[in-house]
Amino acid sequence: MSKEFFYAKTHEWVQFLDDTKARIGISDYAQSELGDLVFISLPEVDDEVNVGEEFADVESVKAVSNVYSPVTGTVTAVNEDLLDQPELVNSDPMEAWFIEVENISDKAELLSELEYKKLIAE
Amino acid sequence: MATYVPNTKEEQRQMLNSIGLNAVDELYSSIPNEVKLKAPLNIPKGMSEMDLSKSIRDIASKNKVFKTIFRGGGAYRHYIPAIVKQVTSKEEFITAYTPYQAEISQGVLQSIFEFQTMICELTGMQVANASVYDGACAAAEAVIMSKERKRKKALISASVNPMTIETIRTYISGTDMDMEVIPTKEGVTDIEILKDRLEDDTACVLIQQPNYYGLLEDGDEIGSILGDKDIKYIMSCNPISLGILKAPSEYGVDIAVGEGQALGIGLSYGGPYLGFMATTDKLMRKLPGRIVGETKDSKGRRAFVLTLQAREQHIRREKASSNICSNQALCAMTAAVYLSAMGRDGLEKVARLSMSKAHYLASRLCELDGYEMVYKGDFFNEFVIRVNTDVDKVLKALENGGILGGYPLGDNSYNNENKGEILWCATEVNTKDEIDTLIQILKEVE
Amino acid sequence: MKLIFERGNKNRGCDLVAECDVPLVSVPAAYERKKELNLPQVSETEISRHYTELAGQTFGVNNGFYPLGSCTMKYNPKINDELAKLSEFSDIHPLQGEDTVQGSLYIMRQAEKYLCEITGMDNMDFQPAAGAHGEFTGLKLICAYHQDRNDSKRDKIIVPDSAHGTNPASASMAGFSVINIPSTPDGLVDVEALRSVVGEDTAGFMLTNPNTVGLFEEDILEITSIVHQAGGLNYYDGANLNAIMGVARPGDMGFDVVHLNLHKTFSTPHGGGGPGSGPVGCKKILSRYLPSCKITEKEGILRFADKDEKSIGRVKAFYGNFLVVVRALSYMMSLGADGLKDASQNAVLNANYMMDKLKDVFEIPFGNGRCMHEFVISLDKIKKEKSVTALDFAKALLDYGMHPPTMYFPLIVSEALMVEPTETESKENLDEAIRIYREVYDNACKNPDGFHDYPLTTPIGRPDEVSAARNPILRYNFSD
Repeated sequence: MSKEFFYAKTHEWVQFLDDTKARIGISDYAQSELGDLVFISLPEVDDEVNVGEEFADVESVKAVSNVYSPVTGTVTAVNEDLLDQPELVNSDPMEAWFIEVENISDKAELLSELEYKKLIAE
Repeated sequence: MATYVPNTKEEQRQMLNSIGLNAVDELYSSIPNEVKLKAPLNIPKGMSEMDLSKSIRDIASKNKVFKTIFRGGGAYRHYIPAIVKQVTSKEEFITAYTPYQAEISQGVLQSIFEFQTMICELTGMQVANASVYDGACAAAEAVIMSKERKRKKALISASVNPMTIETIRTYISGTDMDMEVIPTKEGVTDIEILKDRLEDDTACVLIQQPNYYGLLEDGDEIGSILGDKDIKYIMSCNPISLGILKAPSEYGVDIAVGEGQALGIGLSYGGPYLGFMATTDKLMRKLPGRIVGETKDSKGRRAFVLTLQAREQHIRREKASSNICSNQALCAMTAAVYLSAMGRDGLEKVARLSMSKAHYLASRLCELDGYEMVYKGDFFNEFVIRVNTDVDKVLKALENGGILGGYPLGDNSYNNENKGEILWCATEVNTKDEIDTLIQILKEVE
Repeated sequence: MKLIFERGNKNRGCDLVAECDVPLVSVPAAYERKKELNLPQVSETEISRHYTELAGQTFGVNNGFYPLGSCTMKYNPKINDELAKLSEFSDIHPLQGEDTVQGSLYIMRQAEKYLCEITGMDNMDFQPAAGAHGEFTGLKLICAYHQDRNDSKRDKIIVPDSAHGTNPASASMAGFSVINIPSTPDGLVDVEALRSVVGEDTAGFMLTNPNTVGLFEEDILEITSIVHQAGGLNYYDGANLNAIMGVARPGDMGFDVVHLNLHKTFSTPHGGGGPGSGPVGCKKILSRYLPSCKITEKEGILRFADKDEKSIGRVKAFYGNFLVVVRALSYMMSLGADGLKDASQNAVLNANYMMDKLKDVFEIPFGNGRCMHEFVISLDKIKKEKSVTALDFAKALLDYGMHPPTMYFPLIVSEALMVEPTETESKENLDEAIRIYREVYDNACKNPDGFHDYPLTTPIGRPDEVSAARNPILRYNFSD
């Protein structure tokens, strides 16, 4: 498995497991801006996700934010641990993946770790 | 003229001057002249409190308070203990807003938490909300709650209160949900037809227990049909009846709703009443409206807060599960005080008495010539009688004797074929004497 | 403090119900409750003291200044409560015959007449139980109007980004999709933005006026006419009507449908969250779609007319929160035309006075020194400089025995506090509030660190809302 993370400008990360399969989560910067998460709504297995479209939302006590998909493909797994323990996203955002997507046919313009760090520093 | 403005004209002038204005009208300089009113409102001059009191009492006197009531149909006269009225008249409770500031609203928050607990106990469900507008709205919200991506059709029994059915129809008319009314057989949901109508796109089945005609539905059979079908089972129930009748959870219900007016709230010409909703842990986040939760404060003390707020309109806006904001909080508190005063034994007694008096009333009515029960099934505290005389004449005779008789179903039910049918009701407040008097009056009606 | 379930003892209770004087009937086994029922087992003394203690931990208008912006927490006159409790109102069955409820029908007809006069509408329907319920109802009228004209492609409701959250929520509940338009830097509707989004799919436009930042929309006639010209209707959210009674009317501004909040403008109490009442008023073109049957008079007798076939249908059982309507009518009769106008003028005067005495210290983002009945403060600067947030500021006010303003609304202002003093506060109360606001601000500048711990003197400190939401405990557990 490749350890490399890529980022969307909307603060999601993607980790490609192979050419057509990836995991998606949200960045450390995103979780710190959102604050303590209390609930995460996830899609279902077999749902289609599309580049730039929301596929999940994250709730803090007094806000809801959309999570946008950096790729187009089919959801093959969702991280059900997050349903019971949304705090995993706060404590270890890079481990706390939201979904796995296969049959990836398109992807957003993605940033490398370095490029993303530059973006959030701005 | 009464006024609740404390500042005198002199004080108002001082305040105006201190902000650099001379006349009150200048405060409204941002309103374009074209939309400013040119003449005073056409509303009579104000009046003193004394005059107001007299005027309103004069209006009130044109309403007739019946000494005895045998009418239900969604609103019931039960005994309201004095403690209920006293507690809910406390000014702090009456004049507070929604408890946004938890630190100074523990009283309201705790009372709602206690109410939620009592509704869970009554219904056997795991989670309840802080109330919705009334029983009809609770049913409509439950139907909307049951919607899933591939399940958008609601099946509603024709034996549900017709006002509830109409409210659901209005609520879902703009959505992508659809509904079908399942006919009755012998006054209860026709289970064979219901079975037939269950499809892959069925979102929910709603029945009322006891139903609009007072009859007990075979909730177990419906529960077993729905079993593992992933169709939400919604039951609208009379909370008083739950003192002795099966809790919705015992039928395998997913969402229990109902009208809570019977729990210490006056008839009030139809409102304010109390819609309650309770469901399973699994559906918790789909439940609309305010919900109070327990937590701890910064020093580890028990504290109550409005919680799961991200479901709600002020955060989720157009994606909210419901638009509800204000609810019926004071009515919820009323119900909680009522249930505290009654306790389990008291509630059981109220339920048992209501049922017993209704059965006595039914048996006495059936002694009369030309009166017969329309349905054979078991009933709680309401039942339908068909009379072969003029319904209006019967009810008028009772009215003259200070009695509000049963409700003429006429076209006031889903099945538009109820000529000569009257929906009767009795509760614990109706005495044997009152029932015997009623029978006496009816004997004298030709 | 203890929960009611933690008081009392086994088999304790109140003896309230008479003995049965008819043969007892038993429940058929198939329907008999088997599930245990845990309800409190308490004496009447315990109930009385329990709720007295709860009342002591509840803050109402009766306790003090309550300037909760957009909620109009004015004093609730006691006479109105007393009159609503008359048995001739509170003990009337909703299905009694019309001949026996002439008083109730008169109340509703008279309240309809006065509210129509105040708003410039032709009809008013009391079925909606609260503001949001009224919004839903009003939007259904708009939907029915377009459908009736076979204009079925109108499926968009336009809402300013400063709107109450209920507006978009109600629109989507009524089956519309929502178009948000931005506000101008002055906090007003961006007329050009509105012009650019209206079209053949516009069903209607929802607006609060005075708007949610406390300003009157000066271009209101142009705004409503843009919507009308595009074939849409204008919806008036009555949350802020308290500023303009007897001064200007939504009906004269080009609005076709309104909802009012009787628990705000018309002084009926809010009961810790409800019941309120959210009547919907409309112009004649929409009257036939209203949910309730109209009340008509014939030979001195009031009756319900037959249901109009074009009605959108019920939104609730019976006729709405009737006892709230009784209180509102009492209020309108007490004040009369002059008193209602006087109330609005003083609401606006009080807000302007308070804002004027705060504006040298606080950032007031809109209005150039003038407002209607409420104004918005932004604490963005002190948040950036001292890390004191609007929440911290509000919590500090609690220690002064004062209810804070509305926080974090409208969403277009960062670190917003929205102050609505209402007309029923005296000059000395305002002066005291002004002094305290300034003092708290001063403290925030000097000792910002302490601010995250306030309040210190309330029955509880800040609750842990995160764990409340992560691990919801929503009921008492009897097995504990």
